[in-house]
Amino acid sequence: MTAPLVRLEGAEVDYRDRRALGPIDLEFAPGGLTALVGPSGCGKSTALRLLAGLERPTRGRATRSLARGETAVVFQSPTLAPWASALANVALPLELSGAPRAEARARAAEALARVGLKGAEGLRPAQLSGGMAMRASLARALTTRPRLLLLDEPFAALDEIVRRSLADDVLALWAETRPAVAFVTHNVEDAAYMAERVVVLTPGPGRIAAVFETGGPMPRPPGFRAEAGFRRTVEQVSAALAVAAGEAAA
Amino acid sequence: MKALAALALPAALILVLLGGWEAACRLLAVPSYILPPPSEIAQAVIAGRAILFASAWNTLAMALAALVVAAAIATPLALLTGLSPVIERAVSPLAVTLQVTPVVAIAPLVVIWAGLEHPERAIVALAAVVAFFPIFSGALSGLKSADPDLERLFDLYGATRLQRLLRLRAPAATPFYMEGIKVAAGLSIIGAVVAEFVAGSGGAQGLAWRILEAGNRLRIAEMFAAVFALAVLGAGLYAAMQAVERKVLAAWRGRD
Repeated sequence: MTAPLVRLEGAEVDYRDRRALGPIDLEFAPGGLTALVGPSGCGKSTALRLLAGLERPTRGRATRSLARGETAVVFQSPTLAPWASALANVALPLELSGAPRAEARARAAEALARVGLKGAEGLRPAQLSGGMAMRASLARALTTRPRLLLLDEPFAALDEIVRRSLADDVLALWAETRPAVAFVTHNVEDAAYMAERVVVLTPGPGRIAAVFETGGPMPRPPGFRAEAGFRRTVEQVSAALAVAAGEAAA
Repeated sequence: MKALAALALPAALILVLLGGWEAACRLLAVPSYILPPPSEIAQAVIAGRAILFASAWNTLAMALAALVVAAAIATPLALLTGLSPVIERAVSPLAVTLQVTPVVAIAPLVVIWAGLEHPERAIVALAAVVAFFPIFSGALSGLKSADPDLERLFDLYGATRLQRLLRLRAPAATPFYMEGIKVAAGLSIIGAVVAEFVAGSGGAQGLAWRILEAGNRLRIAEMFAAVFALAVLGAGLYAAMQAVERKVLAAWRGRD
């Protein structure tokens, strides 16, 4: 058993004296694919910031055995700098980490090619479609070869066809270097498709309501979404989510 | 075609207004030491074109010098302020106080300090005071306008303050900064005119002096001619700044 990259023990986060998250006990093992699902306001993004080390728990512990630059985040919107080319945007994490410019740019070009954006190096974010911008954002996260990749509702703004192909791309990229992935979403099907483990959170403050193992091969084979086992998992997670949301409302 | 229509409409309105003015002056026999008709003002513009042009040039030169001075002080100060919240807390109240103090109120002092024989120095200084605030506040709010998620990304990779300033906040501030410069350019003309009025001497030979001088002699048409030159100067400067802003922002966005 390898040591977890991040371990949350009774972790709680308060905002202005109101608890937003926790207490939560959860471990993230190297190479694992975890989805956090919950209704809006369940502290999903707070959980992600906790995992990224951008936030400290108010109570409890968050132990991260990751060096700087080994964590990458893909945000809800592509979050590309509009004044810089796609290549410069993707090279940014490497350059901030002190890599020589030429090397950073070469690796950024490689990363862009891996997400299918070869030839778009010189384009500005305004010239990219929503899907392309999200791919560039993904490439930027991958340039540093992170051991922990955090995705904060990265497909929320994309249409169904783009989000499905992007989900497969993310899994294919994951298979290359096998980082641990934590994925926040309110879309149950995305969660069950992209994760081996789905953690259902209750709304405000977010606590763990249920954990599901999705089963099946990773990356997902073609036609996986139609399989009975997958549909069943989606139904189970949906039901657990409804119960979690209902308890909070009651 | 569209651009032509955009020009034709205001031009038509101006012609209608001028026509009404001319007709009213003639029909009501308004004495021209009260309100001269546009035709008389046009004659004054043509007759005095050499001196009007020279005066407009002086006003423009003083306003642009003030703009450069204001930018040279406001820009590094805003960058420094953006680097540290402590400096911001110290500087901001001063900047706001400077902005809300009417320039006419401090003008007599500055005129005395600059030396009565150097009114142009006082005028540049006062116009710079007026032009300072929009540049400073534009740059400062721009420096704070960066996408919070991009800020988090810089946190994540352990960016230094300087990296954050140069690679995130300064580029993010560019559109706000350009807007500040544009507003400041217009204000610097106003500041230069107000300051020349207060200085009240012909030493700087700007357009404000033309207005004062003509007014003292009750040459109302010449007064209007100077006001007209001032309006043309202001509109021209605004258009030039707008063109510069558009060019800079097109490069910033990577599109033409």
